[in-house]
Amino acid sequence: MKVIHELCDICGTCVAVCPVDAISVSEFIVEIDNNICTNCLNCLKVCPAKAIEEGE
Amino acid sequence: MIKDRYDVVVIGAGPAGSVAARYAAENGASVLMLERDREPGIPVRCAEGVSHNGIAPFIDIDKRWIASQIDIAMLTSPNGESALMHNNGIGYVLERRIFDTALCELAAKHGAQLVTKANALDLIKENDKIIGVKYRYMGKTREVKCDIVIAADGTESRVGRWAGIKTAVALRDIDTCVQYTLAGLDIKKDTCEFYFGNEVSPGGYIWIFPKSDSTANVGIGISGHLSHEKGPREYLDKFVAQKFPNATITYTVYGGVPTAATLEEIVKDNIMLVGDAARQVNPITGGGVVQGMIAASIAGKVAAEAIKKGRFDAKFLKKYRKEWDKTLGNTQKIMHSMKEKFLFMTDERFNNLVNFCKKIPSDKFSLKALFTEAVKGDPKLMLDVAKSFVVSKIKLK
Ligand SMILES: Cc1cc2nc3c(=O)[nH]c(=O)nc-3n(C[C@H](O)[C@H](O)[C@H](O)COP(=O)(O)OP(=O)(O)OC[C@H]3O[C@@H](n4cnc5c(N)ncnc54)[C@H](O)[C@@H]3O)c2cc1C
Ligand code: SF4
Ligand code: SF4
Repeated sequence: MKVIHELCDICGTCVAVCPVDAISVSEFIVEIDNNICTNCLNCLKVCPAKAIEEGE
Repeated sequence: MIKDRYDVVVIGAGPAGSVAARYAAENGASVLMLERDREPGIPVRCAEGVSHNGIAPFIDIDKRWIASQIDIAMLTSPNGESALMHNNGIGYVLERRIFDTALCELAAKHGAQLVTKANALDLIKENDKIIGVKYRYMGKTREVKCDIVIAADGTESRVGRWAGIKTAVALRDIDTCVQYTLAGLDIKKDTCEFYFGNEVSPGGYIWIFPKSDSTANVGIGISGHLSHEKGPREYLDKFVAQKFPNATITYTVYGGVPTAATLEEIVKDNIMLVGDAARQVNPITGGGVVQGMIAASIAGKVAAEAIKKGRFDAKFLKKYRKEWDKTLGNTQKIMHSMKEKFLFMTDERFNNLVNFCKKIPSDKFSLKALFTEAVKGDPKLMLDVAKSFVVSKIKLK
């Protein structure tokens, strides 16, 4: 999974639904660790800003 | 100066974090609050609607953080019919940027210390026991030791995960939201509006919360399991284009509201979760400010008591859980079952519901009447709803 930083609002909604804690957040950036991600697509479905896409 | 050790470290300075910090400090604990953002309360991810009775126990009402006073709620069904509700008590649309800071200041006044731009990275553990927090501040990674961590880190709720608590919510238990603050409107300053329907806002609603007679927070939350092809913004844009074609968007914000029941585990040895992090939001309205403050006041007091007694084990901290369940947690569970009903309601049912409400004189129309009608046909839930209103009346006055 990949965060499109230009669209991301750093709202944390994706983090709330990630079953494996693959997503980290700082004041400025949200990142997905693809070594942990299981490709369940939860984050992509709920992201209100449509800032997540498949791929690394 | 930031010390190396405090009795309690609170992560997150939203309403829940500030209230927890305040009650812990007021009752004798030394408290540090870590906030990732540069200022508490921004960015504002909130429609800013609260009830007077909800916030009054925690802070003196101050016009600096009140944008408007709400006396009327208007519910609109998919077929465009509206019902007005008058007697639900006074509500406010806040300026949360100022409100959240005021709550922090109150915590500071009682002795808590706040550090902004401090991002918690992990819990520090020794033989599996939580003994502090690792955080990033001013370009450096630092450590602070403590006996109790209070996780008030909002929707994302990562701190709980670091403690081994399952905080992830199901897709149907998160509302995915977008909100515009609109200017150039001609609206009633004392009326909050709600729009329902599967074409309007599947599994949620659109709100108009006025901040003045020409500006308002206009937003939408749709259920996570119904958002994929079409996200919340598509629905909101359609609504705004029809209703306010000439408005100017002065602020855009995205967010997620957990509309679950409280997590099974909100305490463990040396840690308590409060607010959105513990999933304590009202699952029907999506309101979490007051609920978080109520939970946090309990957690803060229990933390201070724990420090005095030197008891940081889950068994002692469970006092918080017990008190929360008695105060609101049990009611929230019922609300969650009701939300499930709303989630699968047909447009026809929404139409009938608003039609029913229209027949009640607006000064007699209350949430209780609405909910009772909504769960008609489900005797168990009806009974639960009736009970929950008795309980919340006593507890929330
Ligand atoms: C669009 C929208 C509309 C809403 N409308 C309403 C409404 O009208 N009325 C209502 O009552 N509720 C509403 N809510 C819900 C309400 O905003 C939340 O329930 C409330 O803010 C929760 O308070 P909190 O203190 O638990 O968390 P938050 O207010 O989210 O605060 C959490 C804080 O923790 C900080 N943080 C997170 N992680 C870290 C970390 N690792 N280190 C340091 N700091 C960290 C964050 O920066 C943040 O400041 C709405 C929510 C949304 C998204
Ligand atoms: S849900 Fe979307 S906008 Fe929000 S933090 Fe995640 S990627 Fe960014
Ligand atoms: S796809 Fe699933 S596992 Fe991967 S980051 Fe998104 S929510 Fe987490």
